Amino acid sequence: MPKQAIALTVNGVEHTLDSWPMARLLDVLREDLRLTGVKEGCGEGECGACSVLLNGTLVNSCLIPVLQANGARITTIEGLAKGDRLHAIQQAFIEHGGAQCGICTPGMVLAAYSLLRVNPDPSEAEIRNALAGNLCRCTGYTRIFESVLRACQGSEA
Amino acid sequence: MRAYVPAYDLRVPRDLTETLALLVAEPGVWRPLAGGTDLMVLFEAGKLEHRRLVNIWGLRELRGITVEESAVTLGALTTYTDVLRHPIVRGEFPLLSSAAAETGGIATQNRGTLGGNIVNASPAADSPPALLAYDADVELISARGARWLPYREFHTGYKQMRMLPDELLSRIRLSRGTSRFQAHYRKVGTRKAQAISKICFAGLRVPSTGEVRIAYGSVAPVPLRCFQTEAAIREGRDPFQALAAELAPIDDMRSTAGYRLRVAQNLLREFLNGSR
Repeated sequence: MPKQAIALTVNGVEHTLDSWPMARLLDVLREDLRLTGVKEGCGEGECGACSVLLNGTLVNSCLIPVLQANGARITTIEGLAKGDRLHAIQQAFIEHGGAQCGICTPGMVLAAYSLLRVNPDPSEAEIRNALAGNLCRCTGYTRIFESVLRACQGSEA
Repeated sequence: MRAYVPAYDLRVPRDLTETLALLVAEPGVWRPLAGGTDLMVLFEAGKLEHRRLVNIWGLRELRGITVEESAVTLGALTTYTDVLRHPIVRGEFPLLSSAAAETGGIATQNRGTLGGNIVNASPAADSPPALLAYDADVELISARGARWLPYREFHTGYKQMRMLPDELLSRIRLSRGTSRFQAHYRKVGTRKAQAISKICFAGLRVPSTGEVRIAYGSVAPVPLRCFQTEAAIREGRDPFQALAAELAPIDDMRSTAGYRLRVAQNLLREFLNGSR
């Protein structure tokens, strides 16, 4: 099959690239655009490490053929900070021990971001539900949930 | 082994008509791809048989939830998130919204579709027991026309369905008037979130009239509506014996036949006792 021209707006920047239609969005973001904040964990939609926002919706980029994202707006973890100023969720993860090895962190932060946009004052149960698709093997989750709670209390989400 | 990506084609038709034309021109060659939560897993593992896929995710004709006086009709591309956000579906079909809430994490709920859950035809899928309990009907369309059939007649064996190679599952219809039922949905997996079911249960009943409907996932080659067990309950016979005769659970990577039967009976007891 020939490669096809794909247009993606990633973190506000427009890109046009040639890709195999069934290439995973995950691989295109990492390999072609060098956005290595998008992590591959399981490659089968279980761990959430490859989470990105596709037209504002949280998805696992390992399960999206790039052609399905043609013309879409994508936000990766690299798009959350404003210049040197980290997003409140990122800052809270640093301050409250929400990140250890860092593999799950981009997905955790984006899943939390996705929650706080529609629910700026979630309960802990709502946070746990929103992050249920993201696996962490270091922190034991408690500090992650606490980081998200603190991010809500801190400043703008 | 991982899939060799350049060997796969993904076609993006303009609309439903073009999609159906493709399916009828080369029946069985093109595999519809929607949210990708099942097929992309097979693809990555190199286990996707089809090399040619047709993207149906963008087909507006297969989206949307229509509420009429007697029925609610859900497009096949209705996601679990769509189910959870729809006040009438949530309010009137709690088995379905429970199934939606317990399927995967948020990212999976945003992409997984009811139509996909049906035609992927896993006996462990979470929404089919709910759809069976609600006596859902499903619509199949092709370039030749459309037909409705009762969902209970759709699955005929392990991954076998009454659907022809040029057909697409297009809509799911649920009759309203379900407020008389007490509903009980329960999924049992290795952890509370994001696990594939070892067993799942969907039950509806009206204690005052004896009306009862029971369906299970992961207890047979197909999602199973348990008509024999329902009859035993109505007629005052031992429902647990009837259930044991009606189920055909297996040993697999997620559980054992013995555990599944025991838990199936326990879930039935919990349902009949009206508590968790």
